[in-house]
Amino acid sequence: MKIDMTVNGDARSADVEARTLLVHYLRDDLGLTGTNVGCDTSSCGACTIHIDGESVKSCTMLAAQARDTEVTTIEGMADASGELHPMQEAFRQCHGLQCGYCTPGMVMAATSLLKENPSPSEAEVREGLEGNLCRCTGYHNIVKAVMTAAGGA
Amino acid sequence: MIPASFDYVEADSADAAIAALAEHGDEAKLLAGGHSLIPLMKFRLAAPSVLVDIGRLSDLSYINDGGDHIAIGALTRHSAIETSDLLTTNAPILAHVAGQVGDPSVRHRGTLGGSLAHGDPASDLPAALLALGGTLVAKGPNGEREIAITDFFTGFLETALAADELLTEIRVPKVPGAGWSYQKFNRRAQDWAIVGAAAVANGSTNVALVNMGPAPMRATAVEQALAGGASSADAAAVAAEGASPPEDLNGDAEYRTHLAQVLVGRALDEALG
Repeated sequence: MKIDMTVNGDARSADVEARTLLVHYLRDDLGLTGTNVGCDTSSCGACTIHIDGESVKSCTMLAAQARDTEVTTIEGMADASGELHPMQEAFRQCHGLQCGYCTPGMVMAATSLLKENPSPSEAEVREGLEGNLCRCTGYHNIVKAVMTAAGGA
Repeated sequence: MIPASFDYVEADSADAAIAALAEHGDEAKLLAGGHSLIPLMKFRLAAPSVLVDIGRLSDLSYINDGGDHIAIGALTRHSAIETSDLLTTNAPILAHVAGQVGDPSVRHRGTLGGSLAHGDPASDLPAALLALGGTLVAKGPNGEREIAITDFFTGFLETALAADELLTEIRVPKVPGAGWSYQKFNRRAQDWAIVGAAAVANGSTNVALVNMGPAPMRATAVEQALAGGASSADAAAVAAEGASPPEDLNGDAEYRTHLAQVLVGRALDEALG
């Protein structure tokens, strides 16, 4: 089936099988491999992207369901000159990562969280990231990064 | 994991969805947010040959004041319910419980109607609705009918909806001053409830349980005990009467029976306190 969507500001069009998951379309068809597949069961959040500005888990969505939406992946967060998004910069400054596998999903979930709650408490950040798992257990600096991006630390 | 092949049909109206269901019968499944169905399809526990996508029917996404009740479109997302001022004021347990489903990214996609129609015995929202005592509206080839929430869940992943019916609206009574509580017990953030207990006290007290049987249920023994003048503690002691708790890696029937008693006790203390 034919699908059209905007990905990181670019109009994209493709002919895919109906059962194609959005994460596979992004990774395999568009080469946007910053979005990772972790658990593949919507638990871990490694595949988190934005649909129309809201965080979603792209392993649990058909590409067809994203037709005519604005999709943003981690590759679309820095600006055209390569300057990092403030959330990416905060993760860098606070060393909010260890192995890095969960990081793209963490950045996307955290950005969506701050859009809905611009000044969260530390507890609200931890609750807000409950759908994103860091197997290195590096949560302390991840939370610190989100608080820094929010201007609260 | 990738779902088995299917034909994808996008419905551009509720009537078109009902017509597609009528055409394809048991082979077809409705796709709303997909956060219950797509995981089942990835595990190949479900393999519908036709998927009817209703996810873009924006006219089924609303939260309206209906006078004595709040009317919620079946495609309203959990995140919208969680943050609705109308619900926070008039049926706060529903807004609270919507915020207990999965995690924020899941709540951006999952829908109230989808969760109810899926009929998972462990999901949170049926507990709130059973305790509130709402009405569901289903639309089929012969028009609309109303189904009491207490008649809706008929078995494991089974509901009173016919194969050619679409759940369109959920109506919950306004209970702005009622006491309420939802007690969810799980071991990890974002998990399903091992047992969940909801209570709404508005004159009489309704108590509901999830994951204590093949379908979400009202704890009628508790309600009758309270109506007969029993204390909260005595009423909570009969929480598992009539239940048939499942046994799995999270706990056996005895453990769930204990949990139900403890959680109903806490729910009653909070709702009646």
